[in-house]
Amino acid sequence: MLAFILRRMLATIPVMGVVAVFVFLLLHLSPGDPATVIAGDYASPEDIARIRAHLGLDQPLHIQFGTWIGRLLQGDLGISIFSNLPVATLIGQRLEPTIALSLLTLVFAAAVAVPLGTIAAWKAGSWIDRFVMGFAVLGFSVPVFVLGYALIWLLSIKAGLFPVQGYAPIADGLAPFLHRLALPVFTLSVIFIALIARITRASVMEVLAEDYVRTAYAKGLPERLVLLRHALRNAWVPIVTVIGIGFSLLIGGVVVTESVFNIPGLGRLTVDAVLRRDYPVIQGIILVFSAAYVLVNLAIDILYTVLDPRIRY
Amino acid sequence: MITAFKSVELDPDAERRRDSVWHLVRRHPGVIFGAVLLMAMVVVAVFAPLLFTVDPAVLDPISRLKAPEAAFWFGTDMYGRDLYSRTVYGARISLVVGLCVTLLSVGVGLTIGLVAGYVRILDAIVMRIMDGLMAIPGILLAIAMIALAGASLVTVVIAIAIPEIPRVVRLVRSVVLTIREEPYVEAAVTVGTRVPAILVRHVLPNTVAPLIVQGTYVCASAIITEALLSFLGAGIPPEVPSWGNIMAEGRALFQVSPWIIFFPGLFLALAVLAINVLGDGLRDTLDPRIARRM
Repeated sequence: MLAFILRRMLATIPVMGVVAVFVFLLLHLSPGDPATVIAGDYASPEDIARIRAHLGLDQPLHIQFGTWIGRLLQGDLGISIFSNLPVATLIGQRLEPTIALSLLTLVFAAAVAVPLGTIAAWKAGSWIDRFVMGFAVLGFSVPVFVLGYALIWLLSIKAGLFPVQGYAPIADGLAPFLHRLALPVFTLSVIFIALIARITRASVMEVLAEDYVRTAYAKGLPERLVLLRHALRNAWVPIVTVIGIGFSLLIGGVVVTESVFNIPGLGRLTVDAVLRRDYPVIQGIILVFSAAYVLVNLAIDILYTVLDPRIRY
Repeated sequence: MITAFKSVELDPDAERRRDSVWHLVRRHPGVIFGAVLLMAMVVVAVFAPLLFTVDPAVLDPISRLKAPEAAFWFGTDMYGRDLYSRTVYGARISLVVGLCVTLLSVGVGLTIGLVAGYVRILDAIVMRIMDGLMAIPGILLAIAMIALAGASLVTVVIAIAIPEIPRVVRLVRSVVLTIREEPYVEAAVTVGTRVPAILVRHVLPNTVAPLIVQGTYVCASAIITEALLSFLGAGIPPEVPSWGNIMAEGRALFQVSPWIIFFPGLFLALAVLAINVLGDGLRDTLDPRIARRM
């Protein structure tokens, strides 16, 4: 198993290399001079020259890449064109709201979806099952920003239950923090509830068809215990799987949710950077998110082998 | 009784066909619902000028921010433009983007997947590149590409299609790897059939069903992503009445005029729902192996 973990960790290196090449080449996608595009429509020739020198665009391509990757390996993500602050600092400042939103969403979604999916599988074909599966399709189809505005209108403006927008850092106390995050978390979790409930239902149905479940019934174990002991014990598989495949979905969702609810996280930083064409910031955020994706999937693969002794590579 | 029995014996296929259609409708009434809803969207998009609409760009400053009423079914925006007309015309953008992204990513992904699955030397390289591409969050990649390449319908389609390609490649490659071990492919190789002929005659037909299913999901996700990019101000030029652009304009006025966001949002959700439901139904009918599990 140790050999597998080591091999799996080594396998992330080429993936991150490919990511770095893509992110580097993005800048050179633009038709014509990237410096002119970044500078925008109202830039003076001096501005353009400054940006070109700032990004090292006057160097040959392979030297640009070498310099860039060298700095990257030392943790230097570059300097923002707009604010002149290091990109790593900017990202660090925005990390808390994004991580809080993501984690709370996953926890809430799992807490709701696993019981729903289990009940749906247990009562397969019943009206509960149909309701859960119908919700799963619906939840997957309503875009996050549409749902966000619908909930703001209904629960914040009409019912006055939640603040309309904004964020309170966790340092201000747990109550305002949770109160402000409740609606964004609920909004973003709907799609994950749909996803996790579907996968939980499928995996529980599979377990319920296993021989050992039939044995459990045969020896007279009550239905409740069969579900809890055998079916739910396997519930971690769908949750972990969903975190893996749903991670890019989560990142997209976070970017949108932060925009809708005016939360000063990485998503807002991204949108602001795009509107200002602050290229080093865009590059830095994409790299950080991609690295997170690769690491999360690495952790999941390792978790599988630790948690499920049947899985061998 | 006896005749009925005979007819089953004589034409078992007819019985099975009737049975499968009946089965489909009974077990997945959603398929019919999805197909009808999608058809309705297509009709709305194609016949937009005939559906009691006015020019979606025409300004009418006197009737700014009107709530939905008899003259303006969906209300008006801050320039007095008729939101019903804008929403109906918006269906064109969304469906065109959905269709183009699907065709582009499935076409490119199919080609790369066939090559990767059959040419062993290329396989490792191509799949590492696809792994890397998959690690980059699709929405961020699309935003960055559009920001640099300039916003137009073409760049938006390409930027949304590229992050979808790796999933198609993986799917096609896995089909190729399974099919090439089949006895009839080995037989074809033995009698000297060349690789391109094997790919077209034996492998390609087996990719059709999974690709149709995957295509519906790509289409639904492309329509959401397009609306999202416009909504964030990084998509199709703001003067084009796409659902995302209309909603982006309504953001600042949401508390006073929620209908600006509500109606395009509703259409967007319905279009995506229709395609998703259709996709689920197709998956269940085309691939009974998965259908049994989900």
